[in-house]
Amino acid sequence: MSVTYLEAIREAQSRLLREDERVFIYGQDIAGKFGGAFKATKGLAEKFPGRVLNTPISEDAMVGTAIGAAMEGMRPIVEMQFADFSSIALNQILNNAGTQYWRTNIPCPITIRLPSGGTKGSGPFHSQSMESIYAHYPGLVVMTPATVEDAYTMLLDAVAIDDPVIYCEHKYLYYHLKAEALPNESLPVGRARIVRPGRDLTVVSNSAMMHEALAVARQLSREGIEIEVVDLRTVKPLDTATVLSSVARTGRLLCVGETFPWGGVTAEVIARVTSEGFHLLDAAPARLNSKDTPIPYHPNLWETHRPNAEAIAARARQILAE
Amino acid sequence: MLKTANPQRDIAQMEKAVPHPRYLEAFRWMLQTRVFEEKLTSLYRGGMITGGVYVGRGQEAVSAACGMFLQKGDVFAPLIRDQAGRAAFGEPLLNVARTYLGSRQGTMRGRDGNIHRGYPETGQLAMISHLGAMIAVVAGKLLGKRMKGEKGFVGLTTIGEGGMQTGATHEGMNIAAVEKVPLVLVASNNHWAYSTPNDREFVCANLVDRARGYGYEGHTVDGTDLAASLEVIARAVARARAGGPPQLVVASLLRLAGHGEHDDASYVPPKMRQEPWAADCVLKTEKLILDHGWLDEATLKQWRAEFSSEVEKAVATAQVEAGPVGHEEDWCALSTRRLVDLIS
Repeated sequence: MSVTYLEAIREAQSRLLREDERVFIYGQDIAGKFGGAFKATKGLAEKFPGRVLNTPISEDAMVGTAIGAAMEGMRPIVEMQFADFSSIALNQILNNAGTQYWRTNIPCPITIRLPSGGTKGSGPFHSQSMESIYAHYPGLVVMTPATVEDAYTMLLDAVAIDDPVIYCEHKYLYYHLKAEALPNESLPVGRARIVRPGRDLTVVSNSAMMHEALAVARQLSREGIEIEVVDLRTVKPLDTATVLSSVARTGRLLCVGETFPWGGVTAEVIARVTSEGFHLLDAAPARLNSKDTPIPYHPNLWETHRPNAEAIAARARQILAE
Repeated sequence: MLKTANPQRDIAQMEKAVPHPRYLEAFRWMLQTRVFEEKLTSLYRGGMITGGVYVGRGQEAVSAACGMFLQKGDVFAPLIRDQAGRAAFGEPLLNVARTYLGSRQGTMRGRDGNIHRGYPETGQLAMISHLGAMIAVVAGKLLGKRMKGEKGFVGLTTIGEGGMQTGATHEGMNIAAVEKVPLVLVASNNHWAYSTPNDREFVCANLVDRARGYGYEGHTVDGTDLAASLEVIARAVARARAGGPPQLVVASLLRLAGHGEHDDASYVPPKMRQEPWAADCVLKTEKLILDHGWLDEATLKQWRAEFSSEVEKAVATAQVEAGPVGHEEDWCALSTRRLVDLIS
């Protein structure tokens, strides 16, 4: 038996609906036989009548409604059809959900699933990775699971957390990423994982970029270069300690992210490492993000727009040459 | 609810004569609000309040009615000009003073101020400034209540004609109708979105025309007429509670203050102040009460004195309380402390 990343998300939701009567799922085209644009809720509406609800195309109101339901003690999961459309709900997420606990002492336990990241042919409005934007604002937890196992356990964690969680699931990983079985336990929320140990260079990554980094690590290993790959798992909170301990071993740092280059997760990691671990560095830390343009439609352009294994390998060699 | 020496007696005497059974009770909330907000304004002008002061002058009748027909278990999401409704729903005066004056003993603890206060645990929500955002939140509260098996509840939220023009209002109104939740939206057309008049806000003949488009039942009311405001809002609340569709009440009135007390509203043409809907609902109601002899001058004077003393007491209490202290604040926006992001 094998489970895909998408199936892990569906299974987690099925388990949550089964085990916790406070949970309901709210989103566009998720109910009925259709089961969502990516089928992440397929079969769940029939299995759990009245708890998987289609909404109008109203991202702002979907999140607003979830906030209200959460204040009543429910545990809503909002499915955005694409992460990109969550921009319509920014106000509710940042200004309502993100401020509520601090202002009123009443927690706001909502989970917002964002089908994120680029895939071939998806273009500027169906490809965005938005974790950096959400991580910038206070009051939110931001998760970016990179593996099937994490997709499963982190979604269970997200719904259990009493605060708003932005759960960024990567569309590129939906179908081709497989695991043998679903895990029963995992690392705690907020802990990064050393995916592959190495002595020469730390590559910090998250979400789909972790797989590109791993591919580069395998490739360069054949040349005797050992890259340590760190998967952040959650970008907020950011596990600075694990990153610093890795840089302490390697002395070199490259941060890879699919988000746009200005500011964001990679910049934050580098800022923290240079500030707290400057003495650990043997070379200037570097980062690699997508290009500072909208995300292109054509596969030839898209492959170059985001950091791919080739670009990561080239940048890694540069750092190692310093 | 009523705290005079013997207001029940005053009101009971007149119960049969007044144009609405809760007319005098409503007027008490209006008068208390007027007295309180005049005090807040003078504190602001004297530099005693940081931030802003936003009053409901001219909107007290509608606002009081919004708070009066709700019960325990209902949801109330007031907005900027709803002191009267907030009080009628049960907000303690002292917490208003504490919030405006920045006392650390206020429920907002100095983290938010003025009209952003709320008590979600009692059903009275804490508004955010982004207009229309609370409509969907109320819809969600009502949906949650239904999912939990509660019955007989309603949610009421208020807005102005300015806020009626946002995308969030459209989405929120529509989703409430789609979810068939018992929502009452009371929109006061006070004719000014800050300094922008109606002709740059919308072009439909009356905002209530939108009710039909959203599948709501629509009502209009002269917001300077207390009896009409009570009657219409009570009816809308009762319709929603009885399982009717969401309700839209559009009240016509004039904002008799600036957007906030920093604004002298000099852009309001003097001619507009002569319009019938520009009347001061507090003065108008007071005159009706005296003209009809529903209360005598001595009683009204006593009510005013009582409110002044209540307000002075609340302000005096809040004024001597310490404000929050930066280095004692925990600066933690998450309830899950282990998940706080630590930057050294």
